[in-house]
Amino acid sequence: MYDVAIVGCGVIGAATAYALARYDAKVVVLEAENDVATGTTKANSAILHAGYDPKPGTKMARLNVEGVALAAEICEALDVPRKACGSLVVAFTEAELPTLQTLLAQGQASGVPGLQLLGGAEARALEPNLSAEAVGALYAPTAAIVSPWDYALAMAEVAVKNGVTLCRNTRVTGIEKTVAGWALETTGGAVSARYIVNAAGLGAEALHNLVAPHRFTTQPNRGEYDLLDKSEGARVNHVVFQCPTAAGKGVLVAPTVHGNCIVGPTAEPVAGEDTATTAAGITALEAAAKKSIPSVNLRATIRSFAGVRANTDDPDFIIETAVPGFIDLAGIRSPGLSAAPAIGLEAVRLLQENGFAAPKKAYFDNTRRVTRFAALPPAEKAALAAKKPAYGRVICRCETVTEGEILDAIHTPIPPVSVDGVKRRTGAGMGRCQGGFCGPRVLELLAKESGLPPEKIPQDKAGSNILLGQTKQGKGE
Amino acid sequence: MTDYQLIVVGGGPAGLAAAIAAWEEGLTKILVVERDRDLGGILNQCIHNGFGLHHFGEELTGPEYAGRFVQKLAETGVSVLTDAMVLEVTPEKQVRLVSREMGYQELTAQAVVLAMGCRERTRGAIGTPGTRPAGVFTAGAAQRYVNIEGQMPGKRVVILGSGDIGLIMARRMTLEGAKVLACVELMPYSGGLTRNIVQCLQDYDIPLYLSHTITEIRGKNRLSGVTVAQVGPDRAPIPGTEQDFACDTLLLSVGLVPENELTRAAGIPIDPHTNGAVVYENRETECPGIFACGNVLQVHDLVDYVTAESELAGRAAAAYLAGGCPADDEPYIAVDAGAAIGYTVPQRIRPGKIDKSAELFFRVRAPMKKSRILVTSGGVQLAAYPRERLAPGEMERIQLPKSLLQKAMGSITVSAEEVAE
Repeated sequence: MYDVAIVGCGVIGAATAYALARYDAKVVVLEAENDVATGTTKANSAILHAGYDPKPGTKMARLNVEGVALAAEICEALDVPRKACGSLVVAFTEAELPTLQTLLAQGQASGVPGLQLLGGAEARALEPNLSAEAVGALYAPTAAIVSPWDYALAMAEVAVKNGVTLCRNTRVTGIEKTVAGWALETTGGAVSARYIVNAAGLGAEALHNLVAPHRFTTQPNRGEYDLLDKSEGARVNHVVFQCPTAAGKGVLVAPTVHGNCIVGPTAEPVAGEDTATTAAGITALEAAAKKSIPSVNLRATIRSFAGVRANTDDPDFIIETAVPGFIDLAGIRSPGLSAAPAIGLEAVRLLQENGFAAPKKAYFDNTRRVTRFAALPPAEKAALAAKKPAYGRVICRCETVTEGEILDAIHTPIPPVSVDGVKRRTGAGMGRCQGGFCGPRVLELLAKESGLPPEKIPQDKAGSNILLGQTKQGKGE
Repeated sequence: MTDYQLIVVGGGPAGLAAAIAAWEEGLTKILVVERDRDLGGILNQCIHNGFGLHHFGEELTGPEYAGRFVQKLAETGVSVLTDAMVLEVTPEKQVRLVSREMGYQELTAQAVVLAMGCRERTRGAIGTPGTRPAGVFTAGAAQRYVNIEGQMPGKRVVILGSGDIGLIMARRMTLEGAKVLACVELMPYSGGLTRNIVQCLQDYDIPLYLSHTITEIRGKNRLSGVTVAQVGPDRAPIPGTEQDFACDTLLLSVGLVPENELTRAAGIPIDPHTNGAVVYENRETECPGIFACGNVLQVHDLVDYVTAESELAGRAAAAYLAGGCPADDEPYIAVDAGAAIGYTVPQRIRPGKIDKSAELFFRVRAPMKKSRILVTSGGVQLAAYPRERLAPGEMERIQLPKSLLQKAMGSITVSAEEVAE
């Protein structure tokens, strides 16, 4: 019997697990897929928003501002790539200037530090490639960029290191109320827990409806992105937004912590978890991005992708007790990544309201270190490669990821089981050749370390097998 | 004192030929750095034949062609470091590299030959819409799985792009028991060699859809199908022409990109048309003593020409050392790609540095019937070269005699035009 079962290990489930790991309680995270952070968490703008967008007084506004402050500490402690590059919301017409005033007022009301209105020329001084059409901008110095999957993974890893159980490939299919709490039926067997935290993302509505009356309706909304080569990595220095409209925050152009440039997202209602890209989306992105940054080179795209936002008919986050002992963390769309650690703390508070009374542990290991060979100065590269020859073998040429780093990843508390799992942990395959060269080498390492035959190693989720058998091996028919 | 007279970055056909040529010209301290476990580069996975007709006068497989150079290299005193990655080359010819065997090293050389080869364009670069399932491979990655690992990447295959690797893989997958449903080419003509169209598609009844593209990729985890549509003259899909193919594998053969990250980081100017360094007649870049050859300089059609170009670069590196490593201020003639021509290599020719003539390589932008290639300078025609036909998939070359170059006024322009049959 667990004290708490968290359903879903995206960034919200991970942040909740990370918060609960400080308590002397038995916690399990049930993740439907073969890895953490494979849904909305891995496909978004990768931005920690300053917090001027949500209406003051909403959960979104408060948790956004609290969340980004926590993110700075967490990323520092857990070695997660994050860069406080600041953001600009740009007005292109006089008619858009009042929007900047509104955002400034909202930000000030929500306690966003350092906001500043700039004229067009001032904005261009900060961001030289900004369009000549820009007439003004709202500058937010506290906006940051982050590696979203690394962020979720880091919190999940540290939770596991501190005693939280993570069950992957474990999809919840049914829930029954019991005297002591809940009996969960899953694809990985039966699980019982006193409390359930619903962090199931796009699946949160279905999970909620297993135990409580209908409360919200999910309105999945797809956002398409283009990731550009590092040759475009210096095109912008800040996250460059356009003025928000009813459809969302609009298309941004931003640097990424990995040194690329990201352009997106579109906003389009879809039926479910439909992460296909579209010709219309790819075309729309180009026009929208060039409006902000006319010189951005979309031909340097190395990957187009899409994520699905877990929008609901409630304009705010749904963070509340659904029925006693069952907490919803639902409708977490932008600024969900920014708010995540604050939502985790909010979940603990709600659990305590529901009777969760575990004391804090005497010792919590809040450390995580990742070796990133490419980022090291020459002397440290030399020392590392001398100590462990595997750091001298470069597997991913584009991103300079070594065998040592891949082996490190395979031996973390949440080891990758797929080629993309290695990519999310090490960056191997994230570069301009998109794994063309290193994919077979990564697959070979995964097969060797796991003892599985190569054809059992998936690209990403279960069923995404890369190889479908062996050649004739010269044996003929 | 430098660690080496010459460091060659890359141990594929280009690097091997350059190193051997430099050795034969008398250099004695040469290092070849190769990122893979073996020398030979991509030839090691090209187990089909057709290599060496020009250079050896016989048809060899890729490993056989590479093997001859590997063996020849072994008979020299050239040092080789495999499983080693060059991280940086500086204009001062310092080479920073890391290897499992030797760890991190900073080596110095008097000359450097860049021979890093090229990589394949990916799905991201061509922006094909749809889902992102497993089963979408660049043709070369699939070739590695089949020919090196002995693994099958799929059973029902569609190929996008009719570049040579795609055509070769159409045949290879068929021979291994896969069903190749179609080869889809955006352009109204193939980008591959004619002999490969015949021997890899026609001989196996694999349909080639010219002026077609893939408009959608489907499948949640593994590829389940693609939509193919005809394109108009603007290369945009024509609505109503869509047809679906149920397949588990999509191979992309949509172009090669020279791998010039080290070159760019060294501040060496790049030609936007070749995506390779701007070079002089001897394949020297604008950075004195740093040379480039092979597919890192221009994507070649035949490895034989890679060899010839790399021997030129290797000899030039030796001459550079013999001449006391001069900083160059000799006047040059700029070569411009004119009408119908995509690029030229070299981009600059120093008449004072050539013996009898300079060889110029280029490709045409579109297929042409009976044509002539014109060399002009200041509006004056200096030479004309007749051709029966021209195709973008095949590299063209002409010899520019020294006497012709001496008539040029600062620059020459190469163009092509069709002539009446």
